[in-house]
Amino acid sequence: MTAIHTNSLTQLAQGLRAKTFSSVELVRAYLQRIEASQPQLNAFVSVTAEQALEAAAAADRDLAAGRGGPLTGVPIAHKDLFCTAGVRTTCGSRMLDNFVSPYDATVVAKLKAAGAVTLGKLNMDEFAMGSSNETSYYGPVRNPWNTDFVPGGSSGGSAAAVAARLVPAATATDTGGSIRQPAALCGITGIKPTYGRVSRYGMIAFASSLDQGGVLTRSAQDAALMLREMAGFDPNDSTSVDTPVPDYVAALDAPLAGVKIGIIKEFFDEGLDRQYEHRVREALAVLARLGASLREVSLPNLPLSVPVYYVVAPAECSSNLARYDGVRFGYRCKDPRDLQDLYRRSRGEGFGAEVKRRVMTGTYVLSAGYYDAYYLKAQRVRQLITADFKRAFGEVDVLVGPTSPTAAFRIGAKTADPITMYLNDIYTIGANLAGLPALSVPCGFVAGLPVGLQIVGAHFAEARILNVAHRYQLETDWHLQAPERFT
Amino acid sequence: MTATESAWETVIGLEIHAQLATRSKIFSGASTAYGAPPNAQASLIDLGFPGVLPVLNGEAVRMAVRFGLAIGARIARQSVFARKNYFYPDLPKGYQISQYELPIVAQGALDIVLDDGSTKRIGITRAHLEEDAGKSLHEGLGAFTGVDLNRAGTPLLEIVSEPDLRSAKEAVAYMKKVHTLVRYLDICDGNMQEGSFRCDANVSVRPRGSEKLGTRAEIKNINSFRFVEKAIQYEVARQIELIESGGKVVQETRLYDPDKGETRSMRTKEEANDYRYFPDPDLLPLALDETFIEQVRASLPELPDEKAARLSSQYGLSAYDAGVLSASRALADYYERVVRAVPQEPKLAANWVMGELAAALNKESLEIGSGKMPAERLAGLLARIADQTISGKIAKEVFEAMWESGEGADAIIESKGLKQITDTGAIERAIEEVMAKNPGQLAEYRAGKDKLFGFFVGQVMKATQGKANPAQLNELLKRKLPG
Amino acid sequence: MSLTRAQIESIAHLARLELEPAEIPAYQESLSRILDWVGQLDRADTGGVAPMAHPLAGLTQRLRPDVVTEQDRHELYQAIAPQVAGGLYLVPKVIE
Repeated sequence: MTAIHTNSLTQLAQGLRAKTFSSVELVRAYLQRIEASQPQLNAFVSVTAEQALEAAAAADRDLAAGRGGPLTGVPIAHKDLFCTAGVRTTCGSRMLDNFVSPYDATVVAKLKAAGAVTLGKLNMDEFAMGSSNETSYYGPVRNPWNTDFVPGGSSGGSAAAVAARLVPAATATDTGGSIRQPAALCGITGIKPTYGRVSRYGMIAFASSLDQGGVLTRSAQDAALMLREMAGFDPNDSTSVDTPVPDYVAALDAPLAGVKIGIIKEFFDEGLDRQYEHRVREALAVLARLGASLREVSLPNLPLSVPVYYVVAPAECSSNLARYDGVRFGYRCKDPRDLQDLYRRSRGEGFGAEVKRRVMTGTYVLSAGYYDAYYLKAQRVRQLITADFKRAFGEVDVLVGPTSPTAAFRIGAKTADPITMYLNDIYTIGANLAGLPALSVPCGFVAGLPVGLQIVGAHFAEARILNVAHRYQLETDWHLQAPERFT
Repeated sequence: MTATESAWETVIGLEIHAQLATRSKIFSGASTAYGAPPNAQASLIDLGFPGVLPVLNGEAVRMAVRFGLAIGARIARQSVFARKNYFYPDLPKGYQISQYELPIVAQGALDIVLDDGSTKRIGITRAHLEEDAGKSLHEGLGAFTGVDLNRAGTPLLEIVSEPDLRSAKEAVAYMKKVHTLVRYLDICDGNMQEGSFRCDANVSVRPRGSEKLGTRAEIKNINSFRFVEKAIQYEVARQIELIESGGKVVQETRLYDPDKGETRSMRTKEEANDYRYFPDPDLLPLALDETFIEQVRASLPELPDEKAARLSSQYGLSAYDAGVLSASRALADYYERVVRAVPQEPKLAANWVMGELAAALNKESLEIGSGKMPAERLAGLLARIADQTISGKIAKEVFEAMWESGEGADAIIESKGLKQITDTGAIERAIEEVMAKNPGQLAEYRAGKDKLFGFFVGQVMKATQGKANPAQLNELLKRKLPG
Repeated sequence: MSLTRAQIESIAHLARLELEPAEIPAYQESLSRILDWVGQLDRADTGGVAPMAHPLAGLTQRLRPDVVTEQDRHELYQAIAPQVAGGLYLVPKVIE
């Protein structure tokens, strides 16, 4: 039982069905690890121990009666951006520090229905705005590989928790790279599905045309299992797409012979750390050995992704965050003098600096006289970037490149200049703009810190990219490695 | 027209917000029923809770298309929902979902009838879908304002006219026409007291003959036809006086105060709002295909103008009468049911429906659909006038009795013995009796005082309890009185 | 480009954000830098290119049937409200 946390999600699900261990045992073991880890990692905002043990006991009853589903009894945790009924949902913000959601997000409900047991809510950059998990009201999350370093963001808590084996899987969201970049920095697997694949209902909005819910796990196999349960049409989400969810698990094993892989030329630029690049190219060599054919593909407009993103995402968030006004829920300032004071101080005190910066940027780019020059212009360039991807997918099946320009950096190293921080997402943002599925898998280390390989697919090609990732993981063992202090 | 009035031209455009009569809200499944306790009908979506998303009510779309077809407008094959961003307590999301650059209905028109009987075509620039805000209650809560979000999310159709209206009267005629139309189409109940039908007026003046538009003021939320007329009249006078005394009209929002009969500037220190419209990323473009539009077209009822024209030609009614009777579908249907039962008397039917029936309904604040006087029952009364069983005057008495008791005409005529006397012999005898009883007046009449004819008519009617057939009585009196 | 203090205050007011006077210079600087930096989008030739509001090209809005599906849950929803009375949300009095 001592090594129970070394099991993958898939193994845990199997073990529970085989009654090798019980859900209650599992949950107890993980809760212990979580508690021990908090001072070092600060991955969790809320730990719902009692509810988890109750749910685990119910899961054990289901398993005993042969009633189990694919995830019955498996412990998971949710990024604190998914509404969980009766449980605090903070978005890493003082604004929602006291917000107990009255309803479950669709993703939460689906995973509950599949039998998963929630252990708690995971720390994150405030309102999903960040690439290092340093903007959270609840303090930074630390990288389990080296706790002086960032885990990436905004889903830093989710990534740290999975990397440190505090949960076998954690839900997360990705608007500009917030699943893939932390996955790369923490040496785990993370997938952002196609826009519209996973319901956004109950997923607190940052940038509505970019946000997607996904998952962080230790392998493509585990990700496939989770995604199969999370994905699907939701009538409560007008942007949810009504196409059947393939069995991602069944599609994992197809051989890579004949698969055409495009190496994104623009991702191998001066910003990419040389050592990082070597690890990525080594990974590409493995793919070639597995039978895939590799060629270079150019997406010439891709370098403009980051400025496009930093017009569109702030614009949408400035509007999405207008509902946080101290009236119906959330933080309210003390003794408001009048209505305007209520609004200004509740929001001024409730939001952190990065959120305020983005809300103001967004307000500006939408305002009269600037809308055409900034917002419309950015959405036009977005069209160009999307067209680049479409053209590329006419030639190849998947696109690959590094996930991040560098490995993890020290806490505090990039907080002085927002743009330096923004450029962490330089390779991930394109997939969000075009709505494409993309994942990151670990492919080595630089100075003891993990390196991530990014795989991008065409719309609704999750099965394909998971397949490439899985075949890679059968051939390598980067994904089996764990940080020293959390083995 | 006064000298001042003839020097100035008034230019008015109306923006009408009609609450669409759907059962549920435009973006959520909460009820739209009026009068619920505060926030009992505010769902998480209406409250703008974190994480919620809008889903579009198909019936609201159909209703908008119905309106667009009825005004001969172009229905947009693709329209887009946009966010209008501003902060106010009754706007929970901090933005209103509306339509901006690409509305669902574009460029139509409505004809209005002016006082002199002529028709004028008023252009309608656009009509678009949007969600209503909640209500703020400022009274009775001390230092607080209370917010009720029951109304938040109710579907609205905003109907924008071209600035084609040239007087307060035209504005009222247009507003009434739109009011009738939306009720005809069953898309809005038109209840102004409950706020289902609201009007903002954009009013400006310019020197007569000028092409350029003057600066306009917007008068908000006028909730009756009378107030619209008065508010516009006041505002026009105010603007003319202001300009003539050297001032300038400020573009601003004003509120009409019905107690004082004046408009007042509304936003004191309110800066012009920058609404930062952009397409709502939570909603996809609304695409309407030919099949959808034709299905809606097929469901259109006969429209008010068509109906009035048909009533006029089919039943020989004046344009005015046809207009009154087609004010609502219910009224027109009632009239036609009456005529179906007494097809030989369409004009009599029209007079009675517009006259006695309307007065009786009004007195008890009843609608035509109340069922108090079914069409067939009224027709029964009219049939007895037509076949001379009773006179028109007696019929009024019978109507009152029918109204009170719910009985039919025949039963009342029978029980009250009100059958008209048409037996000439009987009338002659009554005349002879009256002549005998009033020798003085008879002599005066025969001496030339023709006015006394009426006296004899009255006396015979009295003697016969009003039942003498008036036409026969007249004829017989003319023969017998001169002697 | 350089945003003035007044511009920051105006944007902050549109967004209803109270900023500490001491913080304003920092926001001036960072916002100016960001807007300058995103200005590189001007380089792109977007003639004849439509703005992309949704990544799902060609998909259109689904319609929902006109059915009441929600019940009165105001007690649950208002349990977390900062201030309510008689079912109403309270804010400092607004004078129109």
